[in-house]
Amino acid sequence: MMRPRQSVQAGAGRGPAPTPWSAAHPRRIVVALRRSPALARLLVIVALILLWEAAARWWIDPIFLSPPSRVVAELDELFATQGVPGALQATFFELAVAFVMSVAIGLVIGLAVGLSRFAHRSFMPIILLLYGTPQITILPLFILYFGIGSASKIAFGVSHGIFPIIVTIVAGVQNIKPILMVAARSMGASRWQIFRWVIFPHMIPSFFAGMRLGMTGVLLGVLLAELYVSSGGIGYFTTVFTQNFDPTKLLGLISVLAAMAIVLNEIVRRAEIRFGRWRMD
Amino acid sequence: MSAKRDRRNKLASRGVQIAFVLGLVLLWYLGSTYWGVSPILLPNPLGVWDELKDVLGSGEFLPDLQVTLTELAIAFVISCGSGITLGYLISRSPYLIRVFEPLLAGIYSVPIILFLPLYVLFFGLGPGSKIALGATISFFPIILNTIAGFGYVDRIFITAARSMGASDWQMFRHVLLPAALPVILTGLRIGFTVALLSILGSETIASLAGLGHRIVHLAEAMEMARMFAYIVFAVAIAATLNTITSSLERRAKRQ
Repeated sequence: MMRPRQSVQAGAGRGPAPTPWSAAHPRRIVVALRRSPALARLLVIVALILLWEAAARWWIDPIFLSPPSRVVAELDELFATQGVPGALQATFFELAVAFVMSVAIGLVIGLAVGLSRFAHRSFMPIILLLYGTPQITILPLFILYFGIGSASKIAFGVSHGIFPIIVTIVAGVQNIKPILMVAARSMGASRWQIFRWVIFPHMIPSFFAGMRLGMTGVLLGVLLAELYVSSGGIGYFTTVFTQNFDPTKLLGLISVLAAMAIVLNEIVRRAEIRFGRWRMD
Repeated sequence: MSAKRDRRNKLASRGVQIAFVLGLVLLWYLGSTYWGVSPILLPNPLGVWDELKDVLGSGEFLPDLQVTLTELAIAFVISCGSGITLGYLISRSPYLIRVFEPLLAGIYSVPIILFLPLYVLFFGLGPGSKIALGATISFFPIILNTIAGFGYVDRIFITAARSMGASDWQMFRHVLLPAALPVILTGLRIGFTVALLSILGSETIASLAGLGHRIVHLAEAMEMARMFAYIVFAVAIAATLNTITSSLERRAKRQ
């Protein structure tokens, strides 16, 4: 998305005030905050956590919400709960396998559909149609076909992750300027050489963008399936903690999963920035 | 390429598409009728068709559809109201944009479906938890697009309007709103789609009523043909709603 760059305004023109004041002088804090939105962002997060802490301590019934301090302090108790580490490990394994499978299959289908005009025209509408259907409605079928173990969760994750990867790769392959292909061909490049030196480098940014979107999809698919199957894994523990009104462990489990999601997202996002932007300069 | 060849290629693609879909249905029919695939795994397409006619004819789907659509409507109204209001307020200051936009985008990248167990704890198994989840998930694309729409209006328009003496209201009505509307509408469409998906999803995972709940209920009762009929119905409903919102978006953008 193209956005006009923001002009730097807040407080940039004014220099720091002369310094007989102590560092904690309110005006200096205001100046520092205006200079650095990142610092203000951190403060917002801290304020939200404090609000949560206060709400949980004084206003809300402890059977529904427990303060973040307690959630963190009792994380080790969560991990000591029989079966929880295993469930988390299984989820991580499913995410990894589903992601690798989505990327591999998505890459092959994306190239096959993107590189041939005919295949693109014939199969792209079908792929977009499938991408647009709410796959959540067929989640019970996945469980029926693949069982309640890891296989169904991996399959459901792949079904969510594969389409954004296919679509971005097709878009990336199709967006190569025709002049580059014509130039390569007129200089006598073979099909392989065109693929290796023209298509492949131009595909890389969209490949990494697709991986990022694919990771979002895989996380959604695997977690949906995990939450759906309530007889084992994460879904079992969220159900048990909810029914026992044990918000400390529930919040702990959710936080650990969220942290896992954030780390995985961050890895693919970094990879996209690192490898995906070679044309930008 | 000549127009004639182009047309022939287009026809051939259309033919491949139709053949592909028909082939799948034929495989499905042959598999369930002659090759002995268990009807518990794959019901006969003719049976599904009969069940679908029965579901539609008897009006059995109405209560579930009503629950799902009510949840969707309430969730969407909540996320629109809060998302557009907060987004507009944040977009008024470049500083606030720089503070809040990365924060909101960061939270949006976490799979918000994880909140579902928490919402079930807070609001119970009924519609409350579905509405809360749908509103939370659709809030983010709506507020992010509202910020992007109002916050990145070309400075030249604003300066020009102000130098010609536009009042605040005129500025909003004739400069900011027309510039921001297309982006906001896109946000509303994405928000609507994800709200529908998350409501169907949360009904599937834990609920008392609704289309998602009905599908799971039939799956557990092993009434596969009827379940397939409901899946077809739910997919058709989702496709219809998405088509309506997309065409509304396109029409509003053209004006």
